[in-house]
Amino acid sequence: MTDLAIEMTGVSKRYRYFALDNVHFRVQKGQIMGLIGPNGAGKSTTIRILMGLIRPDSGEVRVLGRRMPAEQVAAKWDIGFASDDMRLYDQLTVGWHMNFIASIYPNWDPAYADVLLKRFGLVAEQKIKGLSHGQRVKAVLLLVLARKPKLLVLDEPTTGLDPVARHEILRELTAVMTDEGRSVLFSSHNTQDVEQISDQITFIDRGRILDSMDKEAYLDRWRRLRLEVPAGVELPALPGVIGVRQEGRLAVATANAFVPDLANEYESRGARVQRIENMTLEEIFVANVEHSREEVEA
Amino acid sequence: MNGAFAISQADKRPMYLQIMEQIKERIAVGDWAPGQAIPSIRQLAADLQVSVITVKRSYLELEREGIIVTQQGKGSQVAPTPGLGARLREQELTQHLEQVMRIATQLGIRQKDLEERLREAGDRVAEKETI
Repeated sequence: MTDLAIEMTGVSKRYRYFALDNVHFRVQKGQIMGLIGPNGAGKSTTIRILMGLIRPDSGEVRVLGRRMPAEQVAAKWDIGFASDDMRLYDQLTVGWHMNFIASIYPNWDPAYADVLLKRFGLVAEQKIKGLSHGQRVKAVLLLVLARKPKLLVLDEPTTGLDPVARHEILRELTAVMTDEGRSVLFSSHNTQDVEQISDQITFIDRGRILDSMDKEAYLDRWRRLRLEVPAGVELPALPGVIGVRQEGRLAVATANAFVPDLANEYESRGARVQRIENMTLEEIFVANVEHSREEVEA
Repeated sequence: MNGAFAISQADKRPMYLQIMEQIKERIAVGDWAPGQAIPSIRQLAADLQVSVITVKRSYLELEREGIIVTQQGKGSQVAPTPGLGARLREQELTQHLEQVMRIATQLGIRQKDLEERLREAGDRVAEKETI
């Protein structure tokens, strides 16, 4: 048995105005992977290839040890997939959908489904057409969560939800992880959600993977250094620093491969390090996307 | 349940440091006694609604500092060191004092003047407490 829930290798897919280029990443069992990137970066296309809904031009995809799309029928018993364009029947009730899914999937947990129904503030007798956007999203998530699948694949599960609803979803996702045999992949451009609950982060922009690694190690590599630059001192270009902004005697350097020696190096060249700051994933996100686009254009 | 843990997004420090600090506080005030079993990594992650890897990092660092011990298959417990809570409080004071020294050095304040300032600060605190 493999310890990987998801393995994508060299996946490419060309469209007229967009291309996924050599996408590769892995998700270990027992972990949450957050897939982040700007709008149009390729998150949904990546997820659709993963689910066997789109056939890539080249590359290999394995989900729970099964090749996709060839073995997608077998794989899908163990995968819970939710995306924005998931259709529920407008004229039928939340309860009807629950019974329907329960009749198909043997792992359906009716007690957990009832707990989720209450927690999400949904009513079984209510028809889908009367639900708000947020309630629909929660209904779809209830239907996949109560199946207790080994792998949850969620395309933008928190987009468009109010803060209370978002926290309910994050709470359910982290609760899933008490079982180390289960895994989650979710996409988002809400960096706060990804920073909070992901074990691993995959960054995608313009169809390319910028980074894919352990969240703690990733956050640890990035720092902002606030520097005082005395007159006559020229700041050197140091390895691991992706950008420096200077105005008068003050400068801010952004490092994406920070080591404590970096501060010593600046000091030895005559600058004074006032502060070394951690960066939020949101700040890293923006710096990373801007930096990688500059590199491509250069 | 670990309801009193609170991870703050307004706090600039990384989440793993906030978790470490809150565990130390529990030990310092005596809620978590030396030798007592503490939640598993996955349980605390679910309770705090943060990633497993973040809690794992906190536990690893606390283990390195000798504050908790983790045994394979048995989970983690507070280190069975008598007086651990008092030691943690002492450590906190040391850290604050070092921070004071750093700022004083930056501002060019001499040690003698600093001692005087400390006495004054003590007087102010005493005054507030008698009111």
